[in-house]
Amino acid sequence: MESLIVILVGILVAVATYLILSRTVIRVILGTAVLSHAVHLLILTVGGLKKGDVPLLSQSDGPYTDALPQALILTAIVISFAVTAFVLVLAYRMYGTNGTDDFSKLGGSSDE
Amino acid sequence: MNNIIVLPLIIPIVTAILLVFLRHNIRLQRIVSLVTVAAVSIIAFILLLEVQTNGIMKIDFSGWLPPFGILFVADSFSMLLVLTANIITAICLIYAFSTIGGRHERMFFYPFVLFLIAGVNGSFLTGDIFNLFVCFEVMLLASYVLVALGGEKFQLRESLKYVLINVVASWMFLVALAYLYGTLKTLNMAHIAVRVAEAGQDPVLTTVAILFLIVFSLKAGLLLFFWLPGSYSVPPTAVQALFAALLTKVGIYALFRTFTLMFTLNASITHMLIGVMAGITIVLGCLGALSGRDVRTIAAYNVIIGVGFILIGLAIGTEQAFAGAIYYLIHDMVAKALLFLIVGTMVYLTGEIIVKNMNGLIRHYPLFGWIYFIVMCALAGIPPLSGFLGKVLIGQQAVEGGFYVLLAIGFGSSIIVLYSLLRIFLAAFFGETSISEEDKKPIPKGAMASFVVLALCIIALGLGAEGIAPYVEDAARTLADPAIYIEAILGAK
Repeated sequence: MESLIVILVGILVAVATYLILSRTVIRVILGTAVLSHAVHLLILTVGGLKKGDVPLLSQSDGPYTDALPQALILTAIVISFAVTAFVLVLAYRMYGTNGTDDFSKLGGSSDE
Repeated sequence: MNNIIVLPLIIPIVTAILLVFLRHNIRLQRIVSLVTVAAVSIIAFILLLEVQTNGIMKIDFSGWLPPFGILFVADSFSMLLVLTANIITAICLIYAFSTIGGRHERMFFYPFVLFLIAGVNGSFLTGDIFNLFVCFEVMLLASYVLVALGGEKFQLRESLKYVLINVVASWMFLVALAYLYGTLKTLNMAHIAVRVAEAGQDPVLTTVAILFLIVFSLKAGLLLFFWLPGSYSVPPTAVQALFAALLTKVGIYALFRTFTLMFTLNASITHMLIGVMAGITIVLGCLGALSGRDVRTIAAYNVIIGVGFILIGLAIGTEQAFAGAIYYLIHDMVAKALLFLIVGTMVYLTGEIIVKNMNGLIRHYPLFGWIYFIVMCALAGIPPLSGFLGKVLIGQQAVEGGFYVLLAIGFGSSIIVLYSLLRIFLAAFFGETSISEEDKKPIPKGAMASFVVLALCIIALGLGAEGIAPYVEDAARTLADPAIYIEAILGAK
């Protein structure tokens, strides 16, 4: 099971890398979203997938599953959600003022 | 008493949320934000004194004892940085009052500065590496907004690049955390140090350490600084100064914590890598500073040179070298803030950003010109100003440790720094002025006050180095001997 998920993580990272390397802003942003999902799965996998029961003392006698990776992922999801929302708004504004969503046309120095 | 360790994080966040509701009352926003940062500075100072008498202090949130809960740790190193960061933020706020403009102030400028400083303080104080990630993100989200605030064409363009690079860097941070948790099953920094020592630093852990090195290097601008000159030159001057003083320094702090506390066993690989990266960073930063034509680019590359120099101290890795690096770190925060404020004001006064097109500023603004001269001397490391002691200590240790290449690069960079800044001084301050007496713009009183205070800080740090010596030595001792830190967190073994 773990190996399957790790392969899935690899595929997601590959997809995300492809998207991030493209020129269109919106694809790059989608790429970062996929990338963050990949790492969430990775954290879940390295913590061990369902090795025991729910980690509640009154519900089970153990062995318990490690609950910490889920807490970490929850935090990371919230953060990546906020960042993705911000980047989308920023990209929209940037498109409005610069008139392009193509990274290859967004070069140049800051002193224009 | 231990509870006040959390205040440098809590107070700015609470007041920032309050300020959101006071959007149109700008005067109140200014007062509240300045009082907040000043209060945090005082708390940081009290904590610094407490740490001297009581040793390292910690607070376990909700009573979850380490290594299970999240905790905040106050040792001399982190408290010195919290104190410096908050004093500089207060001064930058004073500068911002008279220069930032009503549009920024109504668009929640002050709340975001407070969120930024909350994230910075949290990063310095936390004793849990996942919490470090969260505090980094708080700081970064605020910085994303501050870079983009204003909505100029080039500003939006550069801020989008800045955000995307940092998103990828944060992703790598998470990957490193995942592998760390997978191998050691703990996230408490002191506990990681214990587990690494127990298991011995095998190749897997060294790989994880190098992943952390890459992540923090991206944040600190160590070798991976390609994003820095662009994004540091687009926001308003006060924000630039804050970024130059705080953001890269948080990355440097994280590097020091990671490679003095947690991953110390395989120094022949990791510390050598840091040394090589620091050397290359300084050389590339010097090239950038020499080739830059506009003042902001030259100032931005000076930040990069400073980062490289501080990390030479980490690469050498002796107690005295750490002390030198801490002196230089504090000096660099103050001096870079002042440099960016001055450079931004020069652009405002002349309407030009190219060095060659400015001239004769010292005729109209004599005090301003001499303050620039002071910061230039301090950055070049001329005694008795603040940069001197750090350079001497790092230099001595480099000689003793046989790091002659780093020594040559580090001290060669002082000359390049002096040359690049002297070029601005000669071209922009000396000579005949092309601005007539009637056309000259006055420097706002608040801005002038912030320059004077920062210049006094630089002189005081140089002349009064004896005064901060006990704190710096204590901080360096804790860095050099991780057992002190571990014992304070996990109890005696």
